[in-house]
Parts: sequence; C-alpha cells; structure tokens
Amino acid sequence: MLLITCPWCGPRAESEFSCGGEAHIVRPKDPDALSDAEWADYVFYRTNTKGDHAEQWVHTYGCRRWFNVIRNTVTYEIKAVYKPGETPAGGEA
Amino acid sequence: MSAQAKRLDRGGRIDRATPVNFTFNGKTYQGCAGDTVASALLANGVHLLARSWKYHRPRGVIAAGAEEPNALLQLETGAYAVPNARATQIELYEDLKASSVNAWPSVEFDAMAINGWFARMIPAGFYYKTFMWPKSFWTKHYEHYIRKAAGFGVAPVDHDPNRYEKTNAHCDVLVVGAGPAGLAAALAAGRSGARVILADEQAEMGGSLLASTQTIDGQPAAEWVSAALAELATLPEVRVLPRATVYGYLDHNFLTIAERLNDHLPLRARSANRERLWRVRAKRVVLATGAHERPLVFGNNDLPGVMLAGAVSTYTNRYAVRLGDKAVVFTNNDSAYQSALDLHAAGVNVVAVVDPRSNPQGELPLAARAAGIRIIDASVVTEARGGKRISGVQVMGLTANGEVGGSAQALDCDLLAISGGWSPVIHLSSQSCAKAIWSDEKACFLPGKPVQAEVSVGACAGEFTLNAALAGGLAAGAQAAQLADFETGVPATPEVRDPLEQPMLALWRVPSPAKPGRGSKAFIDFQNDVGVSDIRLAAREGYQSIEHTKRYTALGFGTDQGKLGNINGMAVLAEALAQTLPETGTTTFRPNYTPVTFGTIAGRDLGELFDPIRKTALHGWHVEHGAKFEDVGQWKRPWYYPRPGEDMHAAVNRECLAARNGVALMDASTLGKVDIQGEDAAEFLNLIYTNAWKKLGIGMARYGLMLKEDGMIFDDGVTVRLAENHFVMTTTTGGAARVMTWLERWLQTEWPHMKVRLTSVTDHWATIAVVGPKSREVVSRVCPDIDFSKEAFPFMALREGTAAGVAARVVRISFSGELSYEINVNANAARQVWDAVMAAGAEFDITPYGTETMHVLRAEKGFIIVGQDTDGSVTPQDCGMGWAIKKTGDFIGRRSFSRPDTARSDRKQLVGLLTSDPNVVLPEGAQLVKNPNAPIPNPMEGHVSSSYWSANCGRSIAMALVKDGFKRMGETLHAPLGDGRVVSATICKPVFIDPEGAHQNV
Repeated sequence: MLLITCPWCGPRAESEFSCGGEAHIVRPKDPDALSDAEWADYVFYRTNTKGDHAEQWVHTYGCRRWFNVIRNTVTYEIKAVYKPGETPAGGEA
Repeated sequence: MSAQAKRLDRGGRIDRATPVNFTFNGKTYQGCAGDTVASALLANGVHLLARSWKYHRPRGVIAAGAEEPNALLQLETGAYAVPNARATQIELYEDLKASSVNAWPSVEFDAMAINGWFARMIPAGFYYKTFMWPKSFWTKHYEHYIRKAAGFGVAPVDHDPNRYEKTNAHCDVLVVGAGPAGLAAALAAGRSGARVILADEQAEMGGSLLASTQTIDGQPAAEWVSAALAELATLPEVRVLPRATVYGYLDHNFLTIAERLNDHLPLRARSANRERLWRVRAKRVVLATGAHERPLVFGNNDLPGVMLAGAVSTYTNRYAVRLGDKAVVFTNNDSAYQSALDLHAAGVNVVAVVDPRSNPQGELPLAARAAGIRIIDASVVTEARGGKRISGVQVMGLTANGEVGGSAQALDCDLLAISGGWSPVIHLSSQSCAKAIWSDEKACFLPGKPVQAEVSVGACAGEFTLNAALAGGLAAGAQAAQLADFETGVPATPEVRDPLEQPMLALWRVPSPAKPGRGSKAFIDFQNDVGVSDIRLAAREGYQSIEHTKRYTALGFGTDQGKLGNINGMAVLAEALAQTLPETGTTTFRPNYTPVTFGTIAGRDLGELFDPIRKTALHGWHVEHGAKFEDVGQWKRPWYYPRPGEDMHAAVNRECLAARNGVALMDASTLGKVDIQGEDAAEFLNLIYTNAWKKLGIGMARYGLMLKEDGMIFDDGVTVRLAENHFVMTTTTGGAARVMTWLERWLQTEWPHMKVRLTSVTDHWATIAVVGPKSREVVSRVCPDIDFSKEAFPFMALREGTAAGVAARVVRISFSGELSYEINVNANAARQVWDAVMAAGAEFDITPYGTETMHVLRAEKGFIIVGQDTDGSVTPQDCGMGWAIKKTGDFIGRRSFSRPDTARSDRKQLVGLLTSDPNVVLPEGAQLVKNPNAPIPNPMEGHVSSSYWSANCGRSIAMALVKDGFKRMGETLHAPLGDGRVVSATICKPVFIDPEGAHQNV
C-alpha cells in the first residue's frame, strides 16, 4: 500500500488512486506525419523501466486530478510528485 | 489417567483455580485457564495429536508457538469450524472441541499409515511422476483419491456467523513482538510521548521472559514484564495489542495486523467482532519478533515426544507440564542445557545431554554437569525409536571429520529435547524487502540492510542474549522516537547476567550410519513429510535452485511455511550440490506470516456491502409493478415486467410488440450523462468523437462514437447541444465512469489549454423513453407546452418545456427505430412524470419494458451495444458505421484506421444471421464454421454477438462478427453447439425491420 502525496490533497493511501501508466507520452501533433511504426510506438509501446519511472496517477477517490510520479520500480520508493506541465524538483521528467 | 496427571505440582503461569473442560477427538479432558490446547493435552499425557500429511506417521507437539508444524487441529464444528488451527496457539476455553486432522478413522489407528511402509515408493515428485496418465483419470480418480488421502483440515461450508472489522491507524513507532526487546523498545519510545503500537501474537505479553528463569534488576523476569506493562498502561499514546499478529509488512511502512478479539472465549460468550484487521501506517517500525529453534535432523526425528528444547522449557516453566519421566537432550549449542536444567528442577530424570561438540565448557553445560546430569560429548543421536511415542534413542560418536563411528549405545527415554540452534524470525524484515544475510558465525540468516524505515532488535537480529535484547530494544525504541521527531534519550539497561556461552557447532543433519537408501526417515519439513532423502533425490534429478527444489519436494509449502524446516532443507541441498548455503540461496518470505482467515481480510465488504447498489429514482415503481431486475454495472435495471402467468419469453414478446404497434416506455435513467461547458467544448468533442460537432445546431442532438487511440470502439451515445458552449453527453450505462475518467484525463494531461468543464450529472436527471407509433400522442399530453408536430420537432432535435409541470428536456431520438422521445427531468420529480406518462398512455395500453426488450428492439434494427457486439477489437468500419466518421480533421483513434491490420478489408465484420430453422435461437457466443464436419482444429469464421427471438419478425434473429462478412452475404455458416446440435444460418444485413427507416420518419 503505497503512500502517495497528491499535489493537491497531500499524502493518501494508494487505494484512493489509480495508475495511468507511463507519463510524458505526448500525443503527436500531426498523426498523419508519422509512419505506422512511429504511430504504433506512441499507441502501444511503453518502456519497462527497472529503476526510476515516470508515471501518471489520478486521485480517483479524491480530487480526481491527474499528476506525475517518479517511482522506483524496484524499491517502490516515490522520488517525486509533480503536476502536469511541471518538471520534478531536482530532476528531469 | 486422572485429570491433568502430568501437571507439575507447582509453578507455571496457569490459573489452577480455574479448571477448563474441553474435548479432543471425542474424549473430555481438563486443563486450566491460561493453557493452550497443546499444553492442556500434554498436561493430560496426550502426546499423539496428529498424523502426517503423506505417510500418516504419528505426530505430536514439537514447538510452543506459531512455528508448530505438526499439531494442527480441526477446531469446533459447523459454522464455527476452524481448519488447521495450531494447538500451540489455541487458548483453552470452556467446552472447546477439537479433533485431529488428516487421520482416518482415528489418530490412534490410521489406515493410511500403511503409506509409511511404502515410503520408499512415494518419494518426492511421486504425484508428478505417477498420476500422469491417462489424462482423463486425473480429475475423475487420482485427484479424488489424493485429496481424500492428503487433506489437512476441512473448511467450513456454512455461512460464517462471525463479524469482522477493519480499522486504520497511524503511529510514530510500531513495535512488533512483546518479548524483552519489544517491551524495552516500546518503553523507550513510549516515554518520549510518541504514538506507539505494541503488538504481540500471544494473549500474554512477555515472550520468552514468561518461561525464563533469569532475573532482571534482581527480580524474576516475569515481574519485570509486569512492571513494564504497568508503565506502558500509564502512557496515553501507547496502545498495547495482545492476540495481535503482525502478518504483513507492505510498501511504505504499511503493516497489517490481525487482532483476535474473541477466539479465546467459549462459543456461547462470543459476541460482536471476531477479529479486527489493523491497517497501520507507521513512521518507524521496530521488529522484535524473536527466533525459532531449529530441529536436529536424524532418523525418526518426528516421533511424538521429540520436542524443541525451548518448547520443553516453555511447557515446563510456563505451563507446569511434566513432559516425560526420562528425558534425553540433544543439542549442538549451549542454550538447550538450560532445558536440561529446567527438566531437572522439575523432577524429571534427565538421562543425558548428547552434544556433538567435544567437552563443552560453557556456563550452562558446567551447571548441568554440576547438577549431576550426564553429558555425552562428541556424540549424536542417530535415530529415535518408538511407535506412537518415543521410547529411546541410539547414540554414536561423531568424529572430527563429521562421520559417525564407534559403538552405538541405546538410551531409554520418553522425551527428547532437541536444539539445532536458532533461526531469527526475519519474515517481516524480508517482507519489507530487506535481503537476508547469511552469518557463518551464528549459522543463521540475519535481517538485511533495511529498505524501509525499520530496525530489527533482539533475537530476530541474531542477538540471542537477554542483555543484548534489552539494550538493543531500548536503543532502537529511543532512536525510532527520535527519528519520528520526538526528543528522548536511551534509558539505562537493567541489570542482567547472561551465562557465558561457547560457540555452537552447525549440524544440519546427523550422518546416517545406515547404507544410502536404508535407515529410518529423517524429516526436515514435518508438515509436508519432506525428508533428507527427498531433497537429495531432487538434487540427483537435477534440481539446482532451492526455489525449484521447494516446489518439487513441497519443502516449506505447508501452513507453517517451513518455519522449522527451511534452513535445514537448504543446508542439505547445499551439501548435495557441494556448495555453500548462501550460494544455495535464501527464500523470500511473503505475507502472511501465519494464515489469516478470509473473514478478516473481507471485513464488512461482504454481501450487499461488497459493492454499492445503484437504483434509479423510479426503482420503487418498478418493484411495485413486478419488474424482474438485471444488474448492469452497479445499477439495478428492470429486465422485464411479467404479468401474472407470463414467463420471460411471453413478457418480452408482449413488450416488443407494444413498442412497435402502440406505445411503450422505459426507464433510461442509468445512461451516463456528462454536462460539458466551456468555449472549447465543441472542439473537445471533435477530438473525442469520430464525427464533427462544431456545426451541430443549438437544440440538436447527434450520435457519437468514441474510440481509443488504437481505433477500436470504446463507447457511444447521443450528445445534445443546449447552447453554443454547452453540451450534455450521454454514455453507455456501464461505461459512464470510464468515459468520465477518459475525458478528464485528456483535458488535464494533454489539452490543459482547452476551456472545458465536465460535470457528471448521471444521477441528477431521470430519463423516460416513450416509444412507438402512439408516442407522439402520449408526450403531447404530458408536455402541453411543446409542439411535437413532425415539422416543429424533427428527429434528433431537443426541445425544452415542461412534463407534468416539471421542467423537462425532451429529445427525439430512437434506439428502437420507432418514433420515440426521451423525457429528461430532475430525478426528484421522476415518479410524478412517469405516472403522468402512464396515465396519458392508458388508453393506448402503454406498456413498460425492460432491458431485454430494449436489446431485442435495437437488434431488430442492427444497432450495436458497445461491449456486446464490440469487444475492444472492433473498429467503426467493422460495424458498418463508416457513416459516423468525419472526412477531415483529427480525432482520437483516426490515425490507426490506416494501420495495415486495421485497414484490412477482411477483418471480422458485423453482419446479420438468419437461422435455417426460424424457431431456433442461436446462443450468444456460438462459434461459426464453414464445415461442421471438418477435422479439429476447425477454422473459426466468426462468432454470434447478439441473438434473440423477435416477436415482431416472427422468427429468431442474430448479429455476428464474421471474417470478411460484408462480402459473404447469402453464405451459410454453421454453429456446432456444446449439446451436439449444429445450427445453420445464413449471413444477411443486420437490419431485420424497416430498413428504410420509415417508422421514425413520421
């Protein structure tokens, strides 16, 4: 049961949240300019990071706001929490 | 035998003034308050408690706590039955009833014990090797036989009458275990004012001190415990939880505790909650979980009367049980000499202490020698003998190179206390992700470097002396409080004198004097009957990894999870593979530390409280009018409304005919509704839906398909435009929450610049669909201020007015192909409006209908239901809905249409099916093939997605997803069914009624 600090509500139990998978996957501005492989990479492919991983979470049973989390997939330690459009303190997204 | 014949005359912590009667295997016994079932049975001279799992060998109590592998009992019967309860942990209560598990017909005479004679024919992997063929025999014969032969306790089949609850807690310091280290830690932390929870699995706090003969500050250890508990009771921020097992150490210092509230009470005295699940988030955790003594491994080491030395001291000192008349102690370390002294002090004849070490000179061996106890050094017990109870041991010398030799001597005894050293209880540390470290010096695994905010102290950290436990506990408690921002110092350690000890001699298994394959079985895992020979066999057969060996032999797979046997087993495997123990690996402990009953995990999340039930504002009317209900997500929706004498078929036929020939109405309130406002609302819908929204007129509605980026249909529904920047979207009933989350996510993460606000209004509005040729007349009467003429109120238009005097939004849309209106009103006024529609329709025999009729009506028109006719792999084009896709401009999923697989023309496509026999209704899900007689695997051409009897068509109709289906009109396919029938059906367009759409164009 992770303890996740919602940027708006503060620390709450994991059961209040849902994970949305890898963060910082930007929807292509012009999908038609992409090859099939590039489009497939955007739609289907995700990194399987061992270590610090940027992922999206939403405070489903709270403020319903989405935000980003840097979580270590080995230790489950949460290194940073930051709002959409922000960069994590002391690191790059 | 008289009651409690084996109870010592004095001593112990039992309450002799309070006798407690109980029944074991149908026979009545008496114990005392403060006994466990194990101690009470031992006090009555009962040592044979169980039969082993595989060989049905006689087994007795070996331990005194959670690590007990043998003494599993079936506790109580009927709804209160508890399978596999450990006799060592069941507190005795009046009228307790327990019986042996795994014994038939009785524990004294077990028919299956014949397995023991064939032990050599039932080696590790026996089941894998033997019961392989023929395959069909597995479920019918082998499994039945094995389950009967190999079962542990029997799970109750009755509804559990107990209640369970959950509670959440936060604390600064959680101390696990209330032995000397834990009590010391709780005192040091508690004195700082920190919020402390101290949990211990036993009824009485104190751990090893309750059986100890040592003194603390000159007082008996138990008195120090009393004083510590008294002080903790004065600290307002300290919570002491007895009978509370910390069974899980999860992420971010979240721990779970099962607190047993009334298992110690007679059944008739139990009330309220049986167990409480504590979900604790702790800033710091101090683990003081102690150590489990390891058995020594030699022939017949599983006989009743062979017990761990520490347990012998516990039963002697704490429970005042005389365990035998003639005892032998077999130990590779000094601590068991204390047990010899305890037995001696209790008047038991200690025949000898057998020690593989030469001339042990530790303080305790010297004290034993001074007490006149014979020490047979440089020797081992090679074999125990006896039937249902040990009757003696064979002792041989141990040479310097680790072999047995010399002449054997036989010693008679009825009790053998064994000690192979101590294994720290590192389960919780390991669960917290700290990787255990092997210590050659202490011959045990020690807790690894902490990953979470925890520290291990006392015996579970490999610090086995009382002084170290107290000093370590005090320091750790104070430090934990400091790290949780409390100011405090480390209290002075009380005055304790530990005996000086000599090092132990690691002895993982006693060498067998017999030839390989001969000699009696030496057990490593008692519960699963895993012996030395099984592990060696696994090694011979190529198992290198301890994890594989465990699975092959079942080592550590019992309800005790190998608390006693795992280390010995690893060492035997390491020896067989000629490698070191750390090379062989450790095992990762996972929750739960001891079994937790499902009731505790479920708590109150049961039955109707398991998931919320949602009812529409009209639910009461539906109930009053005899509706049968269907669960759609969390909603209760009317399924159909049978009239007296009608079955479902008759009711649905009647409802379907009414909708097409007269007028019918349905409660459509469960459709998801999202109020969308903002200046970018239309642009937002342009991206979310497949069609164009900017030019939709105010007061008009449009059907939309929603896709995922892979181009597959995700949801659908009608959205109306109330104003330039104000829309109301409807979603499928089941998809409402999903869609809301989907929309929010795009707005928050991808398009935060868009000025759009979303509000879920599903529950705010009630929706009444009025359907059929007579619907216009009915709604005209209900909404007199709205002009319902064909010209004034066209198809896909919205009008605002009143319905039965209530502000209403009326939309002319149709999910049936008939003339149809949906009246949306404030949910609080729903009943009033519904009643008005019923009254206005009375002269047309207006007919309420449910979801089944809705499904038939839409299938007659070929309208899809997302999730039934689509499954996440269906594009709009696959459904023949290319008309819903705009030609220019981007939207979610569009780019995927041109991916090669999505652009294929021969994908599975939605078609209609007409069975050759019009009276046969295909089952939904039926697979379709070209040739039903083709050999298996017969290529699948598609499957039936929707199928109904259509009263309006006078025959069955179906929809199916068929490969390249659009090009296969008129082709006949076959559905071979599970019951042997083969149903033939011809592919057609999926519109069975009114293909021109004339019905609603009126």
